[in-house]
Amino acid sequence: MKANAESILEVRDLVKHFPLTQGVVVKRQIGAIKAVDGVSFDLHRGETLGIVGESGCGKSTLAKLLMALERPTSGSVRVHGRDITTARGAELKRMRRNIQMVMQDPYTSLNPRMTVGDIVGEPFEIHTDVVPKGGRRRRVQELLEVVGLNPDHINRYPHQFSGGQRQRIGIARGLALQPEIIICDEPVSALDVSIQAQVMNLLERLQNEFDLAYIFIAHDLSVVRHISDRVAVMYLGKIVELGSDAQIYDGPTHPYTQALLSAVPVPDPEGRETRQRIILQGDPPSPANPPSGCHFRTRCWKAQDICAEQTPALEPRQGSGHPSACHFAEVRDVVNAQ
Amino acid sequence: MTEVLSEQVGRGSHSGALLEVDNLHVEFRTRAGVAKAVNGVTYSVDAGETLAVLGESGSGKSVTAQTIMGILDMPPGKITGGEIRFRGVDLLKLPDDQRRKIRGEGVSMVFQDALSALNPVFPVGWQIAEMFRMHRGASRADAKKKAIELMDRVRIPAAKDRVNDFPHQFSGGMRQRIMIAMAIALDPEILIADEPTTALDVTVQAQIMGLLAELQRDSNMGLILITHDLGVVADVADKIAVMYGGRIVENAPVHDLYKNPAHPYSKGLLESIPRVDHKGQELYAIKGLPPNLLEMPTGCAFHPRCPYRRDNCVTDVPQLYTISGTRGSACHYWREVIDEGER
Repeated sequence: MKANAESILEVRDLVKHFPLTQGVVVKRQIGAIKAVDGVSFDLHRGETLGIVGESGCGKSTLAKLLMALERPTSGSVRVHGRDITTARGAELKRMRRNIQMVMQDPYTSLNPRMTVGDIVGEPFEIHTDVVPKGGRRRRVQELLEVVGLNPDHINRYPHQFSGGQRQRIGIARGLALQPEIIICDEPVSALDVSIQAQVMNLLERLQNEFDLAYIFIAHDLSVVRHISDRVAVMYLGKIVELGSDAQIYDGPTHPYTQALLSAVPVPDPEGRETRQRIILQGDPPSPANPPSGCHFRTRCWKAQDICAEQTPALEPRQGSGHPSACHFAEVRDVVNAQ
Repeated sequence: MTEVLSEQVGRGSHSGALLEVDNLHVEFRTRAGVAKAVNGVTYSVDAGETLAVLGESGSGKSVTAQTIMGILDMPPGKITGGEIRFRGVDLLKLPDDQRRKIRGEGVSMVFQDALSALNPVFPVGWQIAEMFRMHRGASRADAKKKAIELMDRVRIPAAKDRVNDFPHQFSGGMRQRIMIAMAIALDPEILIADEPTTALDVTVQAQIMGLLAELQRDSNMGLILITHDLGVVADVADKIAVMYGGRIVENAPVHDLYKNPAHPYSKGLLESIPRVDHKGQELYAIKGLPPNLLEMPTGCAFHPRCPYRRDNCVTDVPQLYTISGTRGSACHYWREVIDEGER
């Protein structure tokens, strides 16, 4: 982690509730899906913050809020001190230039009717002052070269490329406006194993080259460990644990993090008979009606009465240096334990 | 198995493994040309054994499984050679009605995407019960009772109340359990699981893999696990067949392969995965792309991406060299790969 680096993104108490309505003519709100329910963190220049959690925990909604594609119910997202959630018009457009996104599925996130040149160059059509019109084609070719594609393929269509190459096109598009922050939403989960490594190495090279900060959303904990400086673990709309990659992976204190990590299969058959597993029962509860107090208590083996009454705060707990939202937080190394 | 079947498929009267795939060739005739999806695949599974078939998309692992099940779309698919022997009898030569008997009772399959494999307009209980009505001639009431028992067995909570629910009312993990219930309904001797946990979260994946292992222990099924996840394989497999470009490039007992791979592709795969238990430096990346099945490289299909390549790799197709009794590698230079040391 780059110590003392300037914090370029500050997220405070971010909440997004999607209303649940009933009735066709007269709509009544009967509840809300609490997709993101009070999330706070900082992102520093040049670092990678990994966000992990199961499907439905609010990872992707969080990404949309950071991109200002959704307006939050409350809370703020400050980029260099300016709040993107309240920005409008020209100011919003200017701020968005600084935060770009790489999508999950390289098959559906590229328009099949546009050439690669048009796809990667489209940001310049919207932000016309970045590159003068005459230089755009050359700039696109430079970008293709940066992500390891042949610049001569500028007139090809997405279907002429493989999955890994398409993801490179998506990354080139994300780089076009020279952002400081790139949000990667499951960027390698649709790719084959041998191609995943290529794309992850590319992302790391680009980070060093352009001093990019990544928000790296993924459900694959091994991938997140490899690329992240810090990791946030989400469960039902809340961050339950936040720390450096070593703190989270070698000394997790939240029971959910421990269960999540122990469920990851280790690619080594040695000692598999004795490996400890914490197998959670059932599925996560619905975010429309989360349990009171600690959201995880219904699946937690440590739960006591206090967990139903008090929501545990995300704060440093005894015996560890990083914040964890559990009343009974305790370091337990589940990954290296045999 | 029913008596009719055991007459045809002689129980215990052959010496080989329970299920043997022998030099299978499958191709797809498309407008763009002939895609050779499976080019001489040989593997076998015995009762109680777990074989992991490891490979990337397009390696032919799922096509092989579909051919075993007899659910390959023909045309465009065409079996151009080889045998699939179940209890010593070649399934490919059996008439349709006997094939149908074996499907479900002898060999059964769990699919990757439970939402599209289940019929959205019938209750899940009805779909599970269909196995008993069709294969065993059970009455509706009996079949439903058995469906509830099965849903209990795969740990669906409150099975009795949920037997009339539709697939969309279940979560992804629960749907996969229903798929498993259908697959084990008739006590098959071989279960093929094609990427059973790929679409699921890790916590649910652990539940499902645990359930499969338990069912296998109870009934001594042979399990063919088709996957691309090296972690899942390391957890459950007894032996591994690594596929690339429609061929098996390495087969080995699980411990041997992870300790000391004998094919450059398996070696590359093992080196290219990030680990949850330690943070490595830059990942090793196998350069290039998987082969296009319409234009397979000459010689060894892996040669354009291989760091061990010599001139004869471009011209000579490597056979599956025997390394020891249970190990084989389809690389001319397997000695070099294996001698590079243990990982």
